[in-house]
Amino acid sequence: MIDMKVTICGVEFKNPVITASGTFGFGEEYNEYAGLNEYGGIGVKGLTLAPRAGNRPPRIAETPSGILNSVGLQNPGVHYFVEHDMPKLKGFDTNIIANISGNTVDEYCKMAEILSDSDVAMIEMNISCPNVKHGGLAFGTDPHTVHDMTKEVRKYCKKPLIVKLSPNVTSIKDIAMAAECGGADCISLINTILGMAIDIHSRKPILANNMGGLSGPAVKPVAVRMVYEVSTVVKVPIIGMGGIMSGEDAIEFMLAGASIVAIGTGMFAKPDLVMDVKRGIETYLKEHNITSVKDIIGKVVMN
Amino acid sequence: MKKAQICELLYKKELAEGIFDFRIKSGEMADVAKCGQFLHIDCGDGTLLRRPISICDVYDDVVRFVFEVKGKGTKALAQKKVGDTLDVLGPLGHGFDINDDYQSPVIVGGGIGIFPLYQLSKLVNNPAVYLGFRSANRVVMEDEFKSVAENTQIATDDGSYGFKGYAAELLKKHLDEKPCDIIYSCGPMPMLRAVKKIAEDYGAKCQLSLEQRMGCGIGACLVCSCETKREGTEKYAKVCKDGPVFWADEVTLND
Repeated sequence: MIDMKVTICGVEFKNPVITASGTFGFGEEYNEYAGLNEYGGIGVKGLTLAPRAGNRPPRIAETPSGILNSVGLQNPGVHYFVEHDMPKLKGFDTNIIANISGNTVDEYCKMAEILSDSDVAMIEMNISCPNVKHGGLAFGTDPHTVHDMTKEVRKYCKKPLIVKLSPNVTSIKDIAMAAECGGADCISLINTILGMAIDIHSRKPILANNMGGLSGPAVKPVAVRMVYEVSTVVKVPIIGMGGIMSGEDAIEFMLAGASIVAIGTGMFAKPDLVMDVKRGIETYLKEHNITSVKDIIGKVVMN
Repeated sequence: MKKAQICELLYKKELAEGIFDFRIKSGEMADVAKCGQFLHIDCGDGTLLRRPISICDVYDDVVRFVFEVKGKGTKALAQKKVGDTLDVLGPLGHGFDINDDYQSPVIVGGGIGIFPLYQLSKLVNNPAVYLGFRSANRVVMEDEFKSVAENTQIATDDGSYGFKGYAAELLKKHLDEKPCDIIYSCGPMPMLRAVKKIAEDYGAKCQLSLEQRMGCGIGACLVCSCETKREGTEKYAKVCKDGPVFWADEVTLND
């Protein structure tokens, strides 16, 4: 019998597979393809204090082994989520992870406060969205800002606080250390890599927003490297994500140091991807005579 | 639980250069498919995203779709051979409002937008059908439309076949002369804008089938948005889940 349980920040995950915020809506649609109870947790769509309409379409372009998106945090706002989505979600046997983005530090604090009184298991602070004009990525690329913001939001957050990092930085280690030092209980990475694709016939970028965030298998090696680098400098647990399409991919992230893995873009191809990933992890563990998934976390053997 | 279906390709024919007629076997999808819905198809050859393609027709345990080779995905799909299998999600989305109360429907299609209108032409009462193409060599399915809708008229942009001009012009002419209680349309954005404007001018009910680059296809990822007249959080509707068929007065067609 394989033990798939992982506990981070005092929150027990019955398996280490969760969904990445922004790819899964609020779970209603994917629940028809794989029940929400199958997931260790679900990261729901990024929330802002006020509702956001999002960017103009087109918002997606396929690129080699990946996609660019520029959704721009379309969401109904944190209040709507607490009143309408959370009551539905709490009926499921899975951890709900809220994801928050603000234009100002004050907005992050307000949202953390509001969500602390709800049934979410953890709160993920998104300081890495490349698709919004204010906040987002601008907050996540400077270690001092990351430190100060995390410290401030930590004061208002009564749930375990995850800080989601951007890969669009020179030193991911510096940013991760700044987040931990500021009081982050957990680090998640990577958000998308800023990219662009041009329609050579119209000579215009495919995305109406011109640039967008790259995700999918194309980013996986970058993500694995960054998870590994972060694992060497922080003590807090890591949620790893970026292009996971299989159990083998998930194992790679866990060996690199992730305690939990998130799937996102891969679900667009396979809406029941969670089942494949869990099965793949179990198969690997059986083949290697490992009884608990916890035993592979950070067990990469460097050359 | 819903799941992707693995369907055998039963029939394949190139109707015009780069336009393929595919028929796949899926009793399950054929049973539930509604006119105007779409399939989300894994095209293979290293493509990551599925490609949304409208259902053209359904009969027995067969689902038919017709598509044009435009990019990497549709190019890969066109390489499939009869007997190969396709990984298909669907049918997805909301289709056309078909109602026996409509006695004089008008159907307006342009280019590859005509395909989802074929089954519709069979299902509604005695429709007038106006189909527009760039040129004579792009005209496809004319006989099929004529066999199900006697009043089918073809227009070409360059006048090389049928009426010289746009299908929307034929719609306008129709509305000047004959009754119409609903307009259904699918085609390129300039045509949809023209149809929407004409419907407004004549006070006719109108449904449009829209196209947009899609991600998940089921309403979760919020990439295939279209602008609606509602404000606030619902400013953008989801083409995959709320559509692809919308009432013309709901959408702005600004994008």
